[in-house]
Amino acid sequence: MDFQPPIINLLIVAPLLITMGAGLFLMLLNIFCKRDGVYYWLTLAAIAAALVQNVAMWGHEYGTFIARGSYPMVVSDNFSVFLNSILLLSGIGTLLISRNYLHRTKLERPEFYMLMLFSLSGMMMMGMANDLILVFVALELLSIPLYIMAGLAVSRDDSKESAMKYFLLGAFSSGIFVYGIALIYGATGATALPAVYAVLEAGSPLAMAGTAFLMVGFAFKIGAVPFHMWTPDVYEGAPTVVTAFMSVGAKVAGFAALLRVFTVALPAMSDAWMGALALIAALTLIIGNVVALMQTNIKRMLGYSSIAHAGYLLIGVAAAGQHSEAVGSVLLYMLAYLFTTMGAFGVVIALEHKLGEGIMLEDYKGLAKRNPWLSAAMLVFMLSLTGVPPTGGFSGKFYIFRSAVEANLWWLAIIAIMTSVVSGYYYLRVVFYMYMFDGDRTEPVYAGTALKTGLLIALVGTLWLGFFPAGWFELAYKAVIGTTQLLAGG
Amino acid sequence: MGNSFVFMLLAVIAVGSAIGMLVSRDAVHSALFLVLNFITIAVFYVVLNAPFLAMVQVTVYAGAIMVLFMFVIMLLGAERLRGMWGDRPSELVFAAFLGFLLVVTFLIALVMEGKTAVSANMIDSSPVALGLRLFEGYVFPFEVVGILLLSAMVGVVILTISNKRGKNV
Repeated sequence: MDFQPPIINLLIVAPLLITMGAGLFLMLLNIFCKRDGVYYWLTLAAIAAALVQNVAMWGHEYGTFIARGSYPMVVSDNFSVFLNSILLLSGIGTLLISRNYLHRTKLERPEFYMLMLFSLSGMMMMGMANDLILVFVALELLSIPLYIMAGLAVSRDDSKESAMKYFLLGAFSSGIFVYGIALIYGATGATALPAVYAVLEAGSPLAMAGTAFLMVGFAFKIGAVPFHMWTPDVYEGAPTVVTAFMSVGAKVAGFAALLRVFTVALPAMSDAWMGALALIAALTLIIGNVVALMQTNIKRMLGYSSIAHAGYLLIGVAAAGQHSEAVGSVLLYMLAYLFTTMGAFGVVIALEHKLGEGIMLEDYKGLAKRNPWLSAAMLVFMLSLTGVPPTGGFSGKFYIFRSAVEANLWWLAIIAIMTSVVSGYYYLRVVFYMYMFDGDRTEPVYAGTALKTGLLIALVGTLWLGFFPAGWFELAYKAVIGTTQLLAGG
Repeated sequence: MGNSFVFMLLAVIAVGSAIGMLVSRDAVHSALFLVLNFITIAVFYVVLNAPFLAMVQVTVYAGAIMVLFMFVIMLLGAERLRGMWGDRPSELVFAAFLGFLLVVTFLIALVMEGKTAVSANMIDSSPVALGLRLFEGYVFPFEVVGILLLSAMVGVVILTISNKRGKNV
C-alpha cells in the first residue's frame, strides 16, 4: 500500500487559510500583546485580505484535495465566491459595529476575535464543501465558536441561558444531521456530493429518510419553523454584536450548504424535498411574522424577523427544485438581507447604552429629534426589511416571488405577500416610535466613527440594491450556473 | 461475519442498554449502561471487519470519555434524578408518539429498500489503510477538525476564567 498524495491547490482554499491562520496567529500573539486594539485591526485586515483573495477567484471553477479517482473535497465556483463575499462582508460589518460596543460593555478580549475568525472559516467552508463529511465538520466549526460567543457576557444570566440553549439544541440537531449523512451513505455508499448524485436513484426510501434528517439539521441552523424555538431567546441573550454576526453569518452559511447539498447531490429527490421545504417556508413565514407582532424587545423582534426572512429565502430554495435560476434570487435576497440586518443591528448597538439596556421599543421614542441621522438610517432599514421600494428588501422579495411563480408555487407567493404586509406593522412601529413620540431619554447614543462607517456602507448597499437591482441579479445569476455545471462535470 | 444470530443478539443488547441508559434515574447507572452500549458497538465493529475502529471505540469512548463522565457526575453530585416521568408527562407521551412514528417510518423504509446492508468485507480497515485514507482524500477535514477542537478548548478556558473573575468582583 503506497501513499498517493492528493492533488492540492492551496490557492482555492486561500480565503479559508487566511481567516484560520489569522485566528491561530492572534492566539499566539495573545501571549505577548495585551492591547485590544491590535487584535481588532488585525482581524479586520485579515478579513479584508480574505475578501480580496476571494473576489479574485470569481469566474474560475476548480476543486482541490482530490484523492486519486475521486471528487474534490473542496470546490470553489462563482456560487461559493458570491456566498463567501457575503459572509466576509458580514464579518467586516460585525467588526465595524462592535468597535465601541465591546469596549464599553467590557466584553473586549482577544478570544472574541479569534473565535469570530474560526466561525467565519466554518461558514465559508459550508458553501465550499463538496463532501457531506466536510459539510458536517464545517457546520461544527461555525457553531462551536458561536455557542461560546453567545455566552461571552458570563456575568449575565440571559447570556448564559442563550449560550446553553443554543449549545444543547445545536448539539442535538447536529446529531440528527450526522444521522442523515449516515442514512445517505447507507443508501448510496458515498459521501461526496457528485458521487451521491451519480448513484442515487429516485424514490430510495433510505435516502428519503436521510434527506429528511439533513433537512431538519439545516432547518435548525437557519431557524425555520418548527425548529426555530431557540432563535428569539438566543438572539436576546447574546451580546448584540454576536446576535448580528449569527443572524447574518450562520443563516447565510446554513443556506449555502442547504443549496449546494440539495441541488448538487439530491436532485433525484427534488419532488420530495421541494414540497417539504415549501411547507416549512409557509409555516415559517406565518409564525415568524405573526409572533413578531407581539414583541416589545427590539432584539427579540429582530429574532422573529430573521425567522420570517428564513421563510422568504426557503421559498427560493423550494423553487430551486424546479428550476435552478431560483438560486440566483436566493443569493440576491441574502445580499439585501446582509446590508439591511447589519444596519439595523448597528442602530440597536448605538442605542444600547449598557449591556442589555436600551433595547426595548420604548427606548426608541423620540429618536428622530435626538439623533435625526440615526433614525433616518433606521427608517431605511425598516422599510427594507418590510420590502418597500426602492430598497434592497424590495428587490430581493421581487425576485424571490418571481421565482416562486415560475415554479408554480402560487399559493406560497400569495402567503409571502400577505405576511409581508403583516410584517409592515411591526417594522413600521419602530419608525412610528422614533418619529411620532416625544422621548425623555437622556442616555447617550454611541455612534463612533467605525459604527458610522458601517451604517453608511449598509445604507449605500441597501439603497443601491433597491435602485439598481438588475446588475446585481445578473451577478447572482452567474453564480448559479457554476453550481449546475459542477453537476455535469466532477 | 454474516451470522445473523450474532447480529440480533448484539442489536438487542445495544438497543436494550440504550433504553436502560435513558430510563435509569440514577446517573451512575446511566453511565454504566452507556459503557455497555459503547462496548456492544465495538463488537459490532469487529463483526464488520474493522478491529482497529473497535479498539478505538473501547479505549476512547468506553475508556476515556466515560471516566470523564463519571468524574463529572461525582463532582456535581448529580447522581439522582427526580421521578420516572419527569416534570411534564404530556410531553413525554407526545415524544414517545413521535418516536413511534419514526420507528414505523424506518421499518417501512427498510422493507421498501430491499437491500439489507452495505457490504463491509470489501473495505480494508486496517490502521494503515485508515491512515492512508485520512491523509489522501480526507486530509482537509482532518486538519479542520484540529481547528475545531482548538476553538472548543479556547471556549472552555475563557468561559471558566471569566467565571472566576465574576466571583472575585
